[in-house]
Amino acid sequence: MTYLLTFKVAFSALMRTKTRSLLTILGVIIGVGAVIAMVSIGESAKAKVAKSFESMGTNTLMIRPGSSSRGGVRGGAGSRDTITWEDLKAIRDIDLIVNAAPELTTNAQVLTESSNWSTKITGTESEWFTIRNLKAESGEMFTEIDVSQATKVAVIGKTVSDALFGEGVDPVGEQIRIGHVPFNVIGLAKSRGASAFGSDNDDIVIIPVTTYEQKVSSGSRKYIRGNLLAQAGDAASTASAKAEIEQLLFERHKIADGAEADFQVHDPSEIAAAQAESANTITSLLAGVALVSLLVGGIGIMNIMLVSVTERTREIGLRMAVGAKEAQVLAQFLVEAVVLSLIGGILGIGAGIGAAKYMASEFGFPLVLDVQIMVIAVGVSGLVGIVFGLYPARKASSLDPITALRFE
Amino acid sequence: MTSLIQTRQLSKVYGHGDLAVHALRSIDLAIDVGEFVAIMGPSGSGKTTLMNLLGCLDRPTDGSYELLGHEVAKLSKSELAEVRNVILGFVFQNYNLLPRTTALENVQLPLMYAGVPGRERKERAAEALAKVGLAERLNHTPAELSGGQQQRVAIARALVSNPRIILADEPTGNLDTQTSLEIIELFQDLSNVGITIVYVTHEPEIALFASRVLTVRDGYLASDVQQTPAIARDALSNLVSPHIPEGRCA
Repeated sequence: MTYLLTFKVAFSALMRTKTRSLLTILGVIIGVGAVIAMVSIGESAKAKVAKSFESMGTNTLMIRPGSSSRGGVRGGAGSRDTITWEDLKAIRDIDLIVNAAPELTTNAQVLTESSNWSTKITGTESEWFTIRNLKAESGEMFTEIDVSQATKVAVIGKTVSDALFGEGVDPVGEQIRIGHVPFNVIGLAKSRGASAFGSDNDDIVIIPVTTYEQKVSSGSRKYIRGNLLAQAGDAASTASAKAEIEQLLFERHKIADGAEADFQVHDPSEIAAAQAESANTITSLLAGVALVSLLVGGIGIMNIMLVSVTERTREIGLRMAVGAKEAQVLAQFLVEAVVLSLIGGILGIGAGIGAAKYMASEFGFPLVLDVQIMVIAVGVSGLVGIVFGLYPARKASSLDPITALRFE
Repeated sequence: MTSLIQTRQLSKVYGHGDLAVHALRSIDLAIDVGEFVAIMGPSGSGKTTLMNLLGCLDRPTDGSYELLGHEVAKLSKSELAEVRNVILGFVFQNYNLLPRTTALENVQLPLMYAGVPGRERKERAAEALAKVGLAERLNHTPAELSGGQQQRVAIARALVSNPRIILADEPTGNLDTQTSLEIIELFQDLSNVGITIVYVTHEPEIALFASRVLTVRDGYLASDVQQTPAIARDALSNLVSPHIPEGRCA
């Protein structure tokens, strides 16, 4: 008997008990569907985390001034100016650092003739755009010349543009005021959505740091009244870059060994890694639960196949009487179990994709469908069919034809 | 010349020790090609056991059984399956058709295990069904057929692989007189074209149609009588009640 014929025989046997076959398949559909949906959700959550960190760049270090401490009362991070413009120059000289920029921020009211909006104003240098991986949607970003000449130009985010000029209007060439100072909008930043911490990355106005210090928030000749961003060549060298910056600042700030540092260096990749780690844990947890349901589906197949073998004992006897060999009976029942589980597996992929799509849209995740997981899930379901079908199939094929024929 | 079937001291014991049941004791039997043999005996006499041994469905405890000159005891399980597939055809009292499966598919079953390709399988199955007068019932399932028709499907299934021997265990046991005679008529037709037929029955009037009657009692072969068989076709026409035939025989 050919393989194709074995499949046909198995299939027609299954078609004789449609409802039962369908219910058995349902167990596998749920199992495989759950695996695919759960893994997809886990992967989607991870992708969301990864995407939000991407906008920040995982090879970017943030250097914040330390806390103030006067008479025992300690301010928070950044409450004291400790990082100087000279520090920035020194950091730029570190080999591992490819880009560095100050990042001074304040909240201010931004106005046009007819509208106004409270937003975050960032004063920085042109390297900031590279570090933050921010590209222009239209217009252009400001340059070193704008910084050195303290020109009154601004790059604005989509949220600000929409609020001031209306949805979809290109703001390039328009004028805005920050306080009383007019700025020319020269660029619209590409939308980046929410940050890893939930704030709106597009609710931003970026201006040259020199202009910022003169016109928006009074600066200091010596100190940088904000944070520093430093970008390492790649993610791998970020940790050693961090160590070098710390070493450099310890020396420049003449901090003795063991004394409290007057600055902090943050490595966002550490946070990204931690979040990816927790997303991974959740993914494996969900997949584990889903696998259990696949196992239950497999036991359902075994149960049905056992019932089927008992019920069809006479049929098995007859097949043997007309010339079926042991191996052929074994193959038939095994193939029946595998056909059940494979159909379940294939339909389960559909169910899993559907569930993943629904939940992705419900929770606002990007939809990540892992083809590898689908192949694995169907493979596992086939394996489930073989493993759980083998015992009933062996039971069927080891029957004595005469006993089987006489079975009541 | 060797017989088609030759047994020597064939015995079958079920169980062990004190509980042992001697179903068959030292049967010496030879059946030649073309014979039409009825096996009779009261219930529990061992006639079905004998049938199962002859049909290679069961293995003897002792003695030898040669089928076409080959010692059956020496055959492997899978060789036995092949023997059942190619040389033997079975007909059972309760038909043993696959439920919810058409007559045509039921009859194809032995050919599937013989590895006959699809189209030929269908043609041969349809041919066999035509031979038993069911050319019009190819796509009926057992539930849609009468007992006599179901037994005809079973006979077609036994015929389809062109066996040398057809073994029938109480083939008319579940059928009324008229239908029983029609089935026997069919067997006589098959016998006339050279197929050896061995059937078990406990009804003396059914045994009348055989050319040889074996009687089994307490596991022994009690008698072995050659006779002139009654003709089923004549018996049918002599039946008092008029009857619309279920189909004409080939």
